[in-house]
Amino acid sequence: MAWFKRESTEIQSSDEKRVRTEGLWVKCEGCRQIIWKKELEENLNVCPKCDYHFRIDAFTRLSLLLDDAAFSVEDEKLSSTDPLNFFDTRTYKARLQKSQNDTGLKDAVVNAEGKINGRPVIVSAMEYSFIGGSMGAVVGEKITRAIERAAAQRKPIIVVSASGGARMMEGVVSLMQMAKISAALARLDNARVPYISLLTDPTTGGVTASYAMLGDLNIAEPGALIAFAGPRVIEQTIRQKLPEGFQRSAFLLEHGMLDAVVHRRDSKNYIARALDFMAPRAA
Amino acid sequence: MDPAVRAQRQLKAIEEQIAQLEAKAGHDQDAHLKLKHLHHQINFLREQIRAHVNAWQKTELARHAQRPFTLDYVERLFSDWSEIHGDRSFGDDPAIVCGMARYQGEEVMVIGHQKGRDTKQRVYRNFGQANPEGYRKALRCMKLAEKFGRPIFTFVDTPGAYPGLGAEERGQAEAIARNLREMARIEVPIITTITGEGGSGGALALAVSDRVYMMENSVYSVISPEGCASIMWRDASKKEIAAQALRITPPDLLEMGIIDEIIPEPDGGAHLDHDSAAAMVNEVLARTYTELKSKSVHDLLESRYSKFRQMAHFFTEA
Ligand SMILES: [Zn+2]
Repeated sequence: MAWFKRESTEIQSSDEKRVRTEGLWVKCEGCRQIIWKKELEENLNVCPKCDYHFRIDAFTRLSLLLDDAAFSVEDEKLSSTDPLNFFDTRTYKARLQKSQNDTGLKDAVVNAEGKINGRPVIVSAMEYSFIGGSMGAVVGEKITRAIERAAAQRKPIIVVSASGGARMMEGVVSLMQMAKISAALARLDNARVPYISLLTDPTTGGVTASYAMLGDLNIAEPGALIAFAGPRVIEQTIRQKLPEGFQRSAFLLEHGMLDAVVHRRDSKNYIARALDFMAPRAA
Repeated sequence: MDPAVRAQRQLKAIEEQIAQLEAKAGHDQDAHLKLKHLHHQINFLREQIRAHVNAWQKTELARHAQRPFTLDYVERLFSDWSEIHGDRSFGDDPAIVCGMARYQGEEVMVIGHQKGRDTKQRVYRNFGQANPEGYRKALRCMKLAEKFGRPIFTFVDTPGAYPGLGAEERGQAEAIARNLREMARIEVPIITTITGEGGSGGALALAVSDRVYMMENSVYSVISPEGCASIMWRDASKKEIAAQALRITPPDLLEMGIIDEIIPEPDGGAHLDHDSAAAMVNEVLARTYTELKSKSVHDLLESRYSKFRQMAHFFTEA
């Protein structure tokens, strides 16, 4: 177990690194305006002009959600053994190695324990910059352990998703993680321990089709892409252009698939409020 | 004709000739010994042919239009089938069939993907690609079975859950996710047979079960070989390499501990002989059914949980 206290962001996603080398200014994907990098960071990486939510890495997320940006990290040594000995244009081992070097993580999720408004909680935060936040045996095992710990210690759990879905390079092994995590969630549900799912950009495929949609509450950040099948796959299937805003969080809210769309600055308060509601009633 | 099929047919012809010779051999011990030797050789060759059906060929066999589908098994293995339609919320999805049936004279629930054989039926069944209402119908029927203590048989044969606009609007992901969670705690035995294509989440949504069997010429995969090829190689024609790399065949999955057993098929594949294929499935189902129905609910749920909990531990903590 290692303790982190946020001074500077220790681990940056490769995206952020790229942005940094471009200097002090960032172009917003939402409004196409140029924003001062420092201003963006002070605003939780949300565009001050149009509220576009930039992707943030797992550690920044944890710092944002947990009291005093303080938390312990669990299960950090777990790493994949490459079950299929997979290779495409490169070997999976090389892809893993590169992601590990770039992010300083062993895989695409960080398990943490900390507090939300004084209440001890368990958080699993996914790291999108690690092979697209994809879920293989390590992500599956870590999230399952976090859920089992939450059940055993009766601490609420929050899973922050940011993932392209199952990790193809681990084949059916990655598919089975959906079953494993969902089975653990059934037990957590039986035990009446709170589970909040926070879906961020993007959450797709096997992650959406398992734990991301199984929260007592499923909440999302504005503008997040949330889907089972990705837009490109759907366009190829139905052979037509998709409507504007399709599969964005507002669209899912409108169709009854989310409990709330919450601005990044409000996410901690929303979760804290929900945990009050879900806390065991005094006898 | 497919070379493997041709070889199978030639072997069969030779076998018939041997049988004729056996009848004529009478008390000639020497001839009998030689014939016995020929039998061994044929069996060896047959194994060789089977072992050389590669992952892509298996994918093609798994997708064969003449393969037995869920309703073909229902007809042969169950009696008193009464279909149950609809999800009580949006509609009825013909890509998944559910119904009450009797197995060995006892009440059971049967749930499975259904494909069509001719063009009209294929379109009607949406090529076995279910929409959310299909998965919700399936779960509704599983809960019904649970309420009345009836075991559940599921048959999996789908390219995947349907990636359509309406499917997304109506919560395809939520429907699948809910099935995964609820199946883990359904208090009756669930026995799954993957009969053809085990396509990703759309297959798993009927396969969080006490036992998962795969037929010899079926596949189970997180993504289609074509899909994998177009993403990883940016070239869908690399599907044969992708099929190999993904390790989607029953022996691979058995070795990785993902499935419980492989159900053999008649020579050349289930599509050539539905009755024999069904009989081979029945052999395994009958044994499992007897075994599971005597288990307590507690033991059943504990072992189902640990089955998936222990599965696919491909990580190190060094
Ligand atoms: Zn902006």
